[in-house]
Amino acid sequence: MHGGAVADDPILVVDRLEKRFGGNRAVDGASFSVQRGSITGLIGPNGAGKTTCFYMIVGLVQADQGRVLIDDLDVSHQPMHRGRVTFAGRDITGQPSHRIFRHGLVRTFQIPQELGRMTVIENLMLVPAGQTGERLWEPLLRPWRVRAEEQANAERAHEVLRQMTQDHLALEPAANLSGGQRKLLELARALMATPKMILLDEPSAGVNPTLAQRLVDDILGIRRDTGVTFLVIGHDMDVIARLSDHVVVMAAGQVLTQGTPDEVLSNTEVQEAYLGGQVR
Amino acid sequence: MIEALLPVPTFLVSLSGVMNWSVGFFTTIAILGIVTLGLNIQWGYTGVFNFGIAAFLMVGAYTSALLTLPPAGDFQSYQLGLQLPVVVGWLGGAAAGAVLAFLIGMPTLRLRGDFLAIATIGMAAILRTVANTSEGLVNRARGLNGIPRFMGDYVEPSDYRWVLLATCVVALALVYLLVRAVTQSPWGRVLRAIRDNEATAQAAGKATVPYRMQSFVLGGAIMGFAGALWAHRVGTIAPDSFSDLFGTFFIWTMLIVGGSGNHLGAVVGTLVVGFFWFGTPLIQEDLPKALGTQVFVLRQFAIGLLVVAFILWLPKGLVPEQAPVSRFAPTAHRSALDRLRARLGGGESAA
Repeated sequence: MHGGAVADDPILVVDRLEKRFGGNRAVDGASFSVQRGSITGLIGPNGAGKTTCFYMIVGLVQADQGRVLIDDLDVSHQPMHRGRVTFAGRDITGQPSHRIFRHGLVRTFQIPQELGRMTVIENLMLVPAGQTGERLWEPLLRPWRVRAEEQANAERAHEVLRQMTQDHLALEPAANLSGGQRKLLELARALMATPKMILLDEPSAGVNPTLAQRLVDDILGIRRDTGVTFLVIGHDMDVIARLSDHVVVMAAGQVLTQGTPDEVLSNTEVQEAYLGGQVR
Repeated sequence: MIEALLPVPTFLVSLSGVMNWSVGFFTTIAILGIVTLGLNIQWGYTGVFNFGIAAFLMVGAYTSALLTLPPAGDFQSYQLGLQLPVVVGWLGGAAAGAVLAFLIGMPTLRLRGDFLAIATIGMAAILRTVANTSEGLVNRARGLNGIPRFMGDYVEPSDYRWVLLATCVVALALVYLLVRAVTQSPWGRVLRAIRDNEATAQAAGKATVPYRMQSFVLGGAIMGFAGALWAHRVGTIAPDSFSDLFGTFFIWTMLIVGGSGNHLGAVVGTLVVGFFWFGTPLIQEDLPKALGTQVFVLRQFAIGLLVVAFILWLPKGLVPEQAPVSRFAPTAHRSALDRLRARLGGGESAA
């Protein structure tokens, strides 16, 4: 239902984004969209501007020009704000990460940022929003309610871990995990949020080919089970091609080309960008 | 027999000597243990760097004293003197600690940790100076005397130390249970997440500044309460009783030695470092003369070494922190597993 070609229903529209750092045009008029329920790969060689794009989408960097529209029903009616990010018509530019999270937009980190001194299951139980027990006085006043919620969250955490066949690690302190397991935990944490869209920052960076294949399978499985949208940033063409329905290739701050993985792979400009070094 | 073989420390010679020393010692430890628990919430759980604990003890002590003392008499000049019950004084001390934490936290908790550390050090110095120099506020350097005792009217003065010991131990137990209840919970889990990786906590949707404020204020209230207990215990307080060495550095040592991030460690650390510090006079007479006169200077030196040694070789302290945070999590984990298994079992047979 969610796989393959998708009708034109973008959850994310990046419209003529620009960002300069000093004299360097990191992103220079990039436009692309991410279809609801798709896995979209954003790929490019080092310095192509994909990470800056990613940061502008999640609000860590503010764009100079252009706009980012998230979950907007009617894109054409949105005014062209200078470098603004809107969510369902509301301006969320520059909001802190925890607010972006509440809009259903969850990011992972390129380098896993697990809480090493906590167990894996509590790393996950941390995530659900609005827990009663997160208010200082509630564990004292309404322990039964906190207990019930903790149970529901533990159950959800187990389901997520089971999806990745990592449930045997539930009670392990996260510091004891291997590099690959940390990558999976990063993905699991994003899933705990029941997000609308997950932004994966270089999921296959520093990962051996076996684990990379494992991650690809897991991500495909998650999309099949939940229908969540993925935007995956990467530089590994092989992984992105196996994962994505739609690939956006960036080079020198601009969108070089986009299309299905096969179309993109057969594009001579892309081959040049990857094999021939510099474009233009 | 044994005496002939082993030199017995002088203080052990009389049982009543041991008893006298122990009652005073455990009373002190109970109060300092409460302070350490307060610091454990701020630093141990949240990573909030409070280097002005003395300031919190001071406002707690002075607030409680001013609420419970009679109005200022001749040759005295201080505010209030409301003669309220001691219990009200304690609560006032806790409230004053909380207010002070809120005021310091407002401008600094958004900034990096070291700014808060500097602000708290500064606050302790400012409060001491103000108390020492402002006429008509807290009786300046002469301090406040005759601070009433809790239930002092109902007990024979010779037996009062037992009441004091019981009061302080009960207070420590109550604070211990309180901090355990609120921190071994989803709230405590957010605090630990903020301490270990603020970016992760934010990416998991947690607004970190309000949590740091809550933790700082709760810790401040606990320290204020301990300050109030201290005031009613000693009966006399002066600005210089709240030195940085005793009021702040000492408490940090206790937390580092005990192991921050768990409440049992905080109490154990208080006991161990406290014994190290307050036990010195016990052995003084048995030390060689040259050493005996220097022992009080040497123990300051030794405390510094102790901190360094623990940070280098035993950074987790005597009682290391446990990985599970929420007390609800283990049972939630087990029953979640059971339910999932039941459901999966059903699902498989249906398939």
